[in-house]
Amino acid sequence: MTELVALDPLPKPKRDILPLLLPLILAVVMLPLIGSPSSWMTLTVASLAMGMMIFIMASGLTLVFGLMDVLNFGHGAFISVGAYVATLVLLPLATWVQADSLLTNLAVLAPAAILAMGVSGALGLIVERVLILPVYGQHLKQILMTTGGLIVAEQALYALWGPQIIPLPLPTSLRGSFIFGDIAIAKYRLLAMLVGLAVFLAIQITLNRSKIGLLIRAGVENREMVEALGYRIRRLFLGVFMVGSALAGLGGTMWALYREQVHASMGNELTVMIFIVIIIGGLGSIGGCFIGALLVAMVANYGGFLVPKLALVSNILLMVVILMWRPRGLYAVTNR
Amino acid sequence: MTDLLTLTNVHTHIGRYHILHGVDFAIPEHQTTMLLGRNGAGKTTTLRTIMGLWAASSGQITLAGQRIEAMATPDIARLGIGYVPESMAVFSDLTVKENLVLAARDGPLDDNRLEWIFGFFPALKRFWLSRAGGLSGGQKQMLSIARAIVEPRKLLLIDEPTKGLAPAIIGALIECFAEIKRSGVTILLVEQNFHVAQRIGDAVLVMDNGRIVHRGAMAALAEDTLLQERLLGLSLEAHQ
Amino acid sequence: MMILSGDRPRSRILSVLLLVIVVALAVTPFVFPGAKAMNVATKICIFAALVASYDLLLGYTGTVSFAHTMFFGIGSYAVAIALYAIGPSWGAVAAGLAIGLPLAALLALGIGLFSLRVEAIFFAMITLAVASAFLVLASQLSWLTGGEDGRSFTLPELLRPGTVFIPKNVLGTAITGRTLTYYIVLVGSAAMILGLLRVVNSPFGRVLQAIRENRFRAEALGFRTVFHLTYANCLAAVVAASAGALNALWLRYTGPDTTLSFAIMLDILLMVVIGGMGTIYGAVVGAAVFILAENYLQSLMGAASTAAADAGLPLLPGLLHPDRWLLWLGLLFIASVYFFPTGIVGRLREMARPQAEG
Repeated sequence: MTELVALDPLPKPKRDILPLLLPLILAVVMLPLIGSPSSWMTLTVASLAMGMMIFIMASGLTLVFGLMDVLNFGHGAFISVGAYVATLVLLPLATWVQADSLLTNLAVLAPAAILAMGVSGALGLIVERVLILPVYGQHLKQILMTTGGLIVAEQALYALWGPQIIPLPLPTSLRGSFIFGDIAIAKYRLLAMLVGLAVFLAIQITLNRSKIGLLIRAGVENREMVEALGYRIRRLFLGVFMVGSALAGLGGTMWALYREQVHASMGNELTVMIFIVIIIGGLGSIGGCFIGALLVAMVANYGGFLVPKLALVSNILLMVVILMWRPRGLYAVTNR
Repeated sequence: MTDLLTLTNVHTHIGRYHILHGVDFAIPEHQTTMLLGRNGAGKTTTLRTIMGLWAASSGQITLAGQRIEAMATPDIARLGIGYVPESMAVFSDLTVKENLVLAARDGPLDDNRLEWIFGFFPALKRFWLSRAGGLSGGQKQMLSIARAIVEPRKLLLIDEPTKGLAPAIIGALIECFAEIKRSGVTILLVEQNFHVAQRIGDAVLVMDNGRIVHRGAMAALAEDTLLQERLLGLSLEAHQ
Repeated sequence: MMILSGDRPRSRILSVLLLVIVVALAVTPFVFPGAKAMNVATKICIFAALVASYDLLLGYTGTVSFAHTMFFGIGSYAVAIALYAIGPSWGAVAAGLAIGLPLAALLALGIGLFSLRVEAIFFAMITLAVASAFLVLASQLSWLTGGEDGRSFTLPELLRPGTVFIPKNVLGTAITGRTLTYYIVLVGSAAMILGLLRVVNSPFGRVLQAIRENRFRAEALGFRTVFHLTYANCLAAVVAASAGALNALWLRYTGPDTTLSFAIMLDILLMVVIGGMGTIYGAVVGAAVFILAENYLQSLMGAASTAAADAGLPLLPGLLHPDRWLLWLGLLFIASVYFFPTGIVGRLREMARPQAEG
């Protein structure tokens, strides 16, 4: 037994930091290309804000896939539903939204976001039980069922709210920009960044510091063994699914405010971007999803500024480049 | 002596393949029972069926008087079974500590019990905060076993723990199993290595083609080389 | 019976159903010469072929592609752009096909090699991304595609409605260029479907099914699964593009909404699931049932919606509005995947099979 103690210390696992550096490198390379530092700053902030919002929407999808091998093609529905539900609070209380007081504005934004998350989360419960549970473990049917769910949700939104675009103006105190010299930073983008960062940190802390987080990480790696240790992973999965849906609802609310409009097709349009993000990041990886979201947003913003025509296909090009480099995405999740 | 675990005419299908063809056996309490047999005889499938990881298509499985064949894996595990799969299945993204924290289902880690485990496997203490993915094969096996005994369990199902390990580590495992048994745990152990089996087994079951073809005392089989030859054939020669 | 391949309908009801559909389609120009009926019949022909090619992927290889409308659109746009740019000649049609079909195959090859190596779910996601990018491109590159407005063009002389071969005959129908176009569509679609039937019943088709059942085992048996899947993907793309070309010829127009939209992709999915995956025959039945329902049930919904509105019922008028057609389709789709995963054809075959076999 003594020889067991005499083993060499474990080599430190090499941290794969290259993907982490990608957004940084991209930002630095773009500076001379764009020329004007103030435009560069504006674009970079826009990218960060957009990236954070996409991350919020995509995080649930990638976790759900990682944990249970379930890909919800109807994830976009939670985004649209969240946005519509937020209008239920924001439109009737338009006077609060118009008030030139940050406190009053937040007093209406917060309940709107919470309600959006609640309804999306509850819808997540229904979707998981009705659409995913019956075809659990069958990829083909899963794709078909959740695609069907997406159609139904989108059409139901049209039936309930009508096909027209609903304008959703930003609260007064979140309009405009902070000006630093010749650099302007839009206030709402700053808020979006803060919320996104908070969500990212909350997810990271949960995953790394709590037992639930340990279970999720263990489950992503080996679901069977987690069950053999006596944990009912289906319940855990349902929880993660609901949280992911709620986050999509939050992201939908934020996106609608960002675009200052709500439409049932927004979920559908964002789905494609979200898919690209989680493919780039590596299916199941939260860290990869975060970097993927930033990259997609940066390419969209920088690309749109430099070569507007290219912006149409920039996401696809980014995906192709990343997958050529790493066929399973930036951070391939082990054991799959 | 009472039986802790009984399988009665258990059949298991995996997809279209019929793997277990009516497995019958009983595991006496507080003993170590070896499950031997050629590759593909159905040993791993038997353990997985007990754990509910494959569903038995017919037959009965009883643990301490309770029928478990229709229960879900987590519920079976909660009846007091620790499982060490063939692949070890340590969570490589988690640290050694986190692996054991997860395995301690009923509360925080018990320090005394940890010290007891570190007594067999000092390496786990040494690499306490390292990622399990960086451990050597033998250390992963130790972690996998430690996970199964980090809290008191009635029954341990252990699948080929010595496969591919160095003799020194195998020695440590054998001591560990003896100590676990002394603490009153019942063990069902799948093993290919007959020498290991005869050192730790009280009773023995031999499987072939998805059925139990021999049951008896380990000592009796260890003495009867003809019977060994007939039951286990050449597959054992390679290990000797 | 060489052209029919060995795979029979295997159900008497199904055989009768298929016969009725084929005969009805064959006599449509004479029996139902109205513009709407002709359009419906043509759409059934084209979609039967399109859905059959999709079935090759979904039903026989188990891969979900969301890019099938893209290939449909490529064929359609190629013919449209050629006829628009070169002028109304047969040479232009040939040029369109000569560019469109290989382009579809090449793109399918690229996507296949790129994403079929990994998980099936990857393929579904990547095809969705590529198809949406293609849709954006088609609606933005106005100089080539006509943008959102699409491209209208003139057909070669022989196919024009104004070209009359036989003036009003005893049945009261004139044989015009339009009739000829219809029969080109009918024969072309039928040829594609029969061809696909042969493919799925060839040794190649059996390999595809083996891959669908268990990819690892198929690989272990020595089949190069990526090669087979990519080949099937290319074949399906070429058939879809050909169907797109026929679609362009009939409509004398190609635009994003008639070829590329997500709604058409959903229609295809619905038709293949309702008809029965992995049967090819299901494509014919699914297309016929779906398109008939789409064209004739929608007016029923409109009537129901108005009635509900008159009765002062809440919510119902909105839900029953003909524009909400997709809502009910979506529900129907979920229900069919869940309750009738084998579709109409699968059901009929199960009914026809003697009980003892089950």
